[in-house]
Amino acid sequence: MAESILSKFIENENALSIDRYLANGGYEAARKVVISMTPDRIVQEVKQSDLRGLGGAGFGTGMKWGFIPKNSGKPVYLAVNADEGEPGTFKDRYIMERVPHLMLEGMIICCYAVGCHRAYIYVRGEYDKSIERLEKAIFEAREKGFLGTQIFGKPFDLDIVIHRGAGAYICGEETALLESLEGKKGFPRLKPPFPAVSGLWGCPTVINNVETLSYLPSIILKGGAWFAALGSAKNGGLRLFGVSGHVKKPGLYELPLGTPLRSIIYDSAGGIRNGNRLKAVVPGGLSAAVLTADEIDIPMDFDSLKVKGSMLGSAGVMVMDETVCMVRALYITMRFFAHESCGQCSPCREGTGWMEKVVGRVLAGKGRTEDLKSIAETAKYLTGTTICALADGAAMPLGSYVEKFYSEFEHHVRHGACDLKPELVT
Amino acid sequence: MPTLTIDGKKITVADGTTVLQACEKLKIDVPRYCYHPGLSIAGNCRICMVEIEKAPKPAISCQTLSTEGMVVRTDTEQVKQVRSHILEFLLVNHPLDCPVCDQAGECYLQDYYMKFGLYDPKFNENKVKKQKKAFPIGPTIMLDQERCILCSRCVRFTDEITKSHEFGIVNRGDHSEVVVSKEFVNPYSGNVADICPVGALTDRDFRFKCRVWYLENSPSVCPGCSRGCSIEIHHNDRKSHRVEPKRVMRLKPRFNEEINKWWICDEGRYNYKFIDDNRILLVKGAEDWPSAVKTLASKLKNLAALSPQSAAFLLSPQQSNEELFLAEQIFAQLFDRSRLFLVRPNALGYQDAFLIKADKNPNTAGARALGFSYAENIVDLLSGEAEKGKLKALYIFGQDIVSLFGDDARKLLKQLEFVVYQGSNRNETAPLCSMTLPAAVYAEQEGTFTNCDGILQRFTPAFAPLPEAREGIQILHDLAVKLGIKCPGPKAREIFARMAEKAHAFKGMNFDRLGRMAQEKAALC
Repeated sequence: MAESILSKFIENENALSIDRYLANGGYEAARKVVISMTPDRIVQEVKQSDLRGLGGAGFGTGMKWGFIPKNSGKPVYLAVNADEGEPGTFKDRYIMERVPHLMLEGMIICCYAVGCHRAYIYVRGEYDKSIERLEKAIFEAREKGFLGTQIFGKPFDLDIVIHRGAGAYICGEETALLESLEGKKGFPRLKPPFPAVSGLWGCPTVINNVETLSYLPSIILKGGAWFAALGSAKNGGLRLFGVSGHVKKPGLYELPLGTPLRSIIYDSAGGIRNGNRLKAVVPGGLSAAVLTADEIDIPMDFDSLKVKGSMLGSAGVMVMDETVCMVRALYITMRFFAHESCGQCSPCREGTGWMEKVVGRVLAGKGRTEDLKSIAETAKYLTGTTICALADGAAMPLGSYVEKFYSEFEHHVRHGACDLKPELVT
Repeated sequence: MPTLTIDGKKITVADGTTVLQACEKLKIDVPRYCYHPGLSIAGNCRICMVEIEKAPKPAISCQTLSTEGMVVRTDTEQVKQVRSHILEFLLVNHPLDCPVCDQAGECYLQDYYMKFGLYDPKFNENKVKKQKKAFPIGPTIMLDQERCILCSRCVRFTDEITKSHEFGIVNRGDHSEVVVSKEFVNPYSGNVADICPVGALTDRDFRFKCRVWYLENSPSVCPGCSRGCSIEIHHNDRKSHRVEPKRVMRLKPRFNEEINKWWICDEGRYNYKFIDDNRILLVKGAEDWPSAVKTLASKLKNLAALSPQSAAFLLSPQQSNEELFLAEQIFAQLFDRSRLFLVRPNALGYQDAFLIKADKNPNTAGARALGFSYAENIVDLLSGEAEKGKLKALYIFGQDIVSLFGDDARKLLKQLEFVVYQGSNRNETAPLCSMTLPAAVYAEQEGTFTNCDGILQRFTPAFAPLPEAREGIQILHDLAVKLGIKCPGPKAREIFARMAEKAHAFKGMNFDRLGRMAQEKAALC
């Protein structure tokens, strides 16, 4: 492995306690920006790094910061999206549990760059350990004077508040997250206005993912150009790929963006378990369109996967071998989206529940050929017709499973049962 | 002032105009459920989608602002497909109980299905069931959650307009439900049934009374308080009044930018039963109308000859400007002008900072503009005069003085030789009068009211007066003819024209310019 930025900390928990982190050069980047860099210089460096939003949307981080209006007369907020809820994704959890100081340092850099003095971490409610360790880390950082007033002796104040989510997937959508932070029901907001202009309590707000922020210290210390060169074109640096499913060595792998999917599955994760054949891969969390075994020679970066009609998303790579019934896999997927749809927009509210029932019926052997057509049609009209991307995220698997594994669905419809060999079904 | 092109037509609109509003200006029908011009933009129903050139996907027109050079299309195949599919989403869990749904006929789901849907339904599953079918959430409104499409109009109405926050949406996904936090008791509760685009919130007062396609719709002005909200009278003319003695089925608000916008209060909304119930239907104290007018004219003539102080006239702020003007024209010729008293027929009531006014009369400002002011202690004053033998006769226009003043009024009525009661509804006073003249209610006549802000509004009859009843101005005009007094009439237009010449406050006004929407501001003295 050429480089390891986060994983070298994660493996040894080198940023779990502040002493350990300081011994490993911790808070040097924060000190550097607060003492010697201008906010514009930081934004420029981050733009140069091609760091993209690693929560899943892949929006350029530096560009996002650049949208914060200067001198709006309102406070600027940072909301850290730590509501890691995308099925197949478990990277943020490891950062928060094992190296919370790395993220805190990233937050200081971000806040200094955008002029924020109060930041919120919206943590997934189930992440008890993350919350516990973040609380401790914030306490330690405050004691050392890295948080609070007059940080590094400069006129820069920052405090961080942890907000615990209550278990809604939709609150990982950035504007639903803001609503939830404000104490309201997690309904995504209509855009525009975008959060950079009117976010938390109507004030300019940056929302960044845990992993995105955690890469900032190294970018500051080693330079944006260095980071950009690690990845592929316009997809800077490395990221944590969370490989799960039927591989020999599931886990987190920090790899350059643009690493071929085949290499992630076979080199990093050790290949398919029990010598089975690979059947399908979901490359970027449950919302991403599924790829067949023939489509894995693809560079894992935001742009390449988009061209393929899928997405890198949160880089939660879910590998399915030949023992998986794709109808069942889609049913489980749709059950998730139907359960998690916030119910605001009519297509998503009604469509996800409807499709759960249709796929469930096909799975139960009561499907009809028209159902497959109606699934494909519904997937088309779930896409791009709603306020947030949850419906798109439901439509991507919905459309792609049926399209790419049509014969399997057809078999279910014709014969009322799976075409998998019984000995394979676990 | 951006100029945009919609379906090939260019239009220049004010800054901040949405694409949907621009479409409305061009009379292009864009379907909508959650959008309501009086509420904030929710953007959740998604049916108002249009295609915007250079945009990657269709956009909701209710939220998208018009910009310079924007090219919008509402008629492409893609837009049609998107609309019909969104309609299908809305209908998957909507019960198909139109035959027993009271919203049928004025339901946006029905209307838009016929106009923008007409697809072959693909839905083949069980619909989501909610706990209860329909249940009352307060004294005025029924809620049926299964019919609800969660457009959140009711939630926004109670959040933004009444700021009472009763409504909310709980649960997620297709199990979302509109709920109320407490019993829905609100002086503006009826509006949520108006704005509900489907049959989820229905008006308990109106439910199952009449299918809406039997209703006629007449513009009018609410007589319930001095605000004078613009209303529509929804009445059923197909049933004979003699068979089923109800014509008015409900009142609805009528948009008026200057007065009530889209809303009316419950007090006004449910204040229509007097139009059909408990009416004075027969002339009393004379055989028929001609003889009543004849008797009345000769009585008044004799009294006037006796003394210009011998009669008193109790005018009411419930009367139209024309009726008040005509009464003044006639009676001030026979008697002293000071014998005309303006008497409030009711006590001051509830008021708030929104629409409801304490003065429960529609034309107090009009009466003031014509030079009348409220008489204090009128019964005491008249009783004194009656005791002295100075006062012989009284002409009452609708005030129920017995219930207002009790035994003092009863005593006064007994002392007098001759009392005429001209009014529309039965009450305690009418039976004690020597002559009763059945008058039309506001919904049966034409005229103008001046509201608390001096806005003059014209109202037209929704239907003819009940057989024996006559318009107030008609009665007065007939009387004038019998008395040999020259006066304008009997049409409101003619009286108004004279009033515009003579009465300072109405100077130069034109009856025809007082259209359905147009009002004239009266110069209040």
